[in-house]
Amino acid sequence: MPSLGADMEAGTLVEWLTKPGDEVKRGQVVAVVETQKGAVDVEIWEAGTVDKLIVETGRKVPVGELLALLRTSGESTTAVPETPETLEPQRVATVSALAIASPSRVETAPVSAVASARLRVSPSARKLAEELGIDITLMRATEPGAVISRADIERAAKEKTTTPVATRTTTPDWHAQMRIAIAAAMSRSKREIPHYYLATDIDVTAVIRWLETENLKRSVTERLLPVVPFMRATALALHEVPELNGFWVDGAFRPSAAVHLGMAIAMRGGGLVAPAIHDADKKGLDQLMADLRDLVTRVRSGRLRSSEMSDPTVTFTNLGEQGVESVFGVIYPPQVAIIGLGRITERPWVKDGTVAVRTVVTATLAADHRASDGHRGGLFLAALGRLLQEPERLR
Amino acid sequence: MIPRSREEIRDIIFDALGAIAPEVDLAMIAPDRSLREQVDIDSFDFLNFIIRLHETLDIDIPEKDYAELLTLDSAIEYLVGRCATHL
Repeated sequence: MPSLGADMEAGTLVEWLTKPGDEVKRGQVVAVVETQKGAVDVEIWEAGTVDKLIVETGRKVPVGELLALLRTSGESTTAVPETPETLEPQRVATVSALAIASPSRVETAPVSAVASARLRVSPSARKLAEELGIDITLMRATEPGAVISRADIERAAKEKTTTPVATRTTTPDWHAQMRIAIAAAMSRSKREIPHYYLATDIDVTAVIRWLETENLKRSVTERLLPVVPFMRATALALHEVPELNGFWVDGAFRPSAAVHLGMAIAMRGGGLVAPAIHDADKKGLDQLMADLRDLVTRVRSGRLRSSEMSDPTVTFTNLGEQGVESVFGVIYPPQVAIIGLGRITERPWVKDGTVAVRTVVTATLAADHRASDGHRGGLFLAALGRLLQEPERLR
Repeated sequence: MIPRSREEIRDIIFDALGAIAPEVDLAMIAPDRSLREQVDIDSFDFLNFIIRLHETLDIDIPEKDYAELLTLDSAIEYLVGRCATHL
């Protein structure tokens, strides 16, 4: 079970998209996993032949659990170590038959599993739940597989919202699940990361004018959104200040050579995800626009890929589009920075001693002080501003 | 391109909005207030809205005219005119 984000502890295997005997290619989507942030397509990172599917569909397993066995070329079946939890051949067949028989994929709602049968509740917690009127079958322990404690019940009572897990209910509230995931990641961020915040106003008249001229030449399906040149400039500016691009892991900063720009995208009805646009620094505006379109469409339909969820190296939020002038983000751990773009507005702007009306945006940076200092953060925003003055070179 | 009645245009707008925001009760939309606010659509949704109108009506909608599509009333007005003259 891959980790599809710092806040993920477990996932439910919704569907196998492969079966024993299948040849799989690197990057191929082999399974669908339900997380607190919706269904995710899981890619495989090695080529080979599927030997055995270990985890059945519908099962929720912790991150790191073995999902399937793969034979790489040259390996024979017998060379594969037997797992203690061997499935009878018949059950394996059932699983693969299931995968074939149900090509219609499960969308964002978590699938029902058999959690209620396995529910473990301490006697005192059960008693407390009765007193407080909490339905324990809708409860979830803090750790997968752990016993539900009095503290869990108290928390549920306090929140007045029970945390529905895959139980007998067929319409689990996945928005509540997403709130839990966001709560976990953001609490960890504010607990562990010493944020510092910087903001600067950037005259973006040149890039906005350029965009208008460019879009005039394009058919509606090929037009660029204003966010696209900003994404490109952000990715390029990160090259100049690499301390903002990477991860803080085990007490040290691990810079990332690649720039995978996590795009904060709001979900309809609440919640958000920040999946990656891979190698944003190496893509031109048209490619970035195409990728963004694809990504947003799949966020809305609940079809993200595992690599997009797990490997953004930095986050970009364009909250300004909802009208706010500036946004000071909360870093998504283990990343070390989040760049925010405010509303693009016309403002009075002093240049060469005269006031003129210019198109201006407030760009912000929230960064991890363990990995970088304000001086370097300031250089990043300066680089962003400079790159945006020459839109032709962003193409 | 064929001339369209206001009713046809309104239905086409509702279809386009419904595809983007399926949870919204379109009957509740105030015709003179911002669609973006009422339907909670971002620039990406708005672009998809324009693309759908473009495809259904087979008209070009230049970016400078986007402001005409901000409310239901103004959008109907604009699109009826556009379909009638854009032959």
